[in-house]
Amino acid sequence: MAEQKHLVLILAREFASNLATPMGITDEQGRLVYFNEAAESIIGTTFAEAGEMPFAEWSAKAAPRTREGELLPPERRPAAIALNERRAAHERLKVTGLDGVEREIAVTAFPLFAHADEFVGMVAIFWGS
Amino acid sequence: MQVTIWGCRGSLATPGRDTVRYGGNTSCLEVELANGSVFVLDAGTGIRELGVKLERRNVRRIQLLLTHLHLDHVEGLRFFGPLWDEQVEIDIWGPPSPVVSLRDRIARAFSPPLFPIEIADVPARLNFNDVPREQWILDGATLRAETIVHPGPTVGYRIESGDRTLAYLPDHEPALTGTIGERSLDWISGASLAARADLLVHDAQFSEEEYSHRVGWGHSSSADAIAYSKAVGADRIVLFHHDPNHDDVWLDESEQLAQLLAGSNGVVPTLAREGMVLAP
Repeated sequence: MAEQKHLVLILAREFASNLATPMGITDEQGRLVYFNEAAESIIGTTFAEAGEMPFAEWSAKAAPRTREGELLPPERRPAAIALNERRAAHERLKVTGLDGVEREIAVTAFPLFAHADEFVGMVAIFWGS
Repeated sequence: MQVTIWGCRGSLATPGRDTVRYGGNTSCLEVELANGSVFVLDAGTGIRELGVKLERRNVRRIQLLLTHLHLDHVEGLRFFGPLWDEQVEIDIWGPPSPVVSLRDRIARAFSPPLFPIEIADVPARLNFNDVPREQWILDGATLRAETIVHPGPTVGYRIESGDRTLAYLPDHEPALTGTIGERSLDWISGASLAARADLLVHDAQFSEEEYSHRVGWGHSSSADAIAYSKAVGADRIVLFHHDPNHDDVWLDESEQLAQLLAGSNGVVPTLAREGMVLAP
């Protein structure tokens, strides 16, 4: 079997799947392991079609940039901040969906800790404009 | 590996003439390895009688694996005979809490007004250990613990010895995170613990109808337990943690229904009974 997901991720997925708020979840490596139905209109595809994706891949595809069109450095990308610095972050930005459409959204990301020293992943909430 | 069930009742000890065949003691299993090592799984009221047996055998070293600290899983500990013998050493393993140590959480049960003797005054040598995140080797067995779906910090256990594997998930509601049969294994709570186990001891407290009114309480229906055993590919499932309201007659019928649910080409589910001895 594929590596067992941490219980916190399993519970987060169930939480997200019952929300109308667009939400994505990564594991501790940043691998996108789930996004909910509400997030499909922002990501531009269904999770069933996209499947799990390494952080570098989905970050490159989304190409987050400022509203003026400049690429955002990792230290300003909420998901990267939650993963690398393990703190919450929020930013308004433009992304490109997997369908090739550019969208302006706000992203709130926060790290998931099962215990104080056990980082298990990250949740990103996508706020539509 | 030999597994003996000393208590399989859930939630509350239920002695009485209506529960004599399945038993009224709360959760406790004894796992004895070929090398003589003794593992005790949970400290429900069934552990008292197990303690009598272990004292007779003069067992001096015991591994006690707690899945969680709900009362029905620890209420027998204070009456576990080896605890009161200064020649005995007991390693107590349990789920880590983000807030309070395992020792301090257990100590609550050993303090007034619940109990007259403090845990510091227990004669046996007690070693408290949070379960490791990785598998570990203990007295001839390879163990793994993982947090599973149940309210509060709760783990299930996988014990491997020789070529035999026991998975113990007595309080578990995997269906809370989605229909079991529709998920890949990596997204099913505790699946890596139970995968291809020779013997799976799993929560089946409720009937389907009861479960529909108790979603989120942390327990499974028999149907979900059977679906779980199929999903993880367990060779055998023993349905565990019987509801206090279920008497022997109810449980007889439940077992027949479970076997019908399992179908003819799957494993044949068995209901746990106090005194049952299993060889995984």
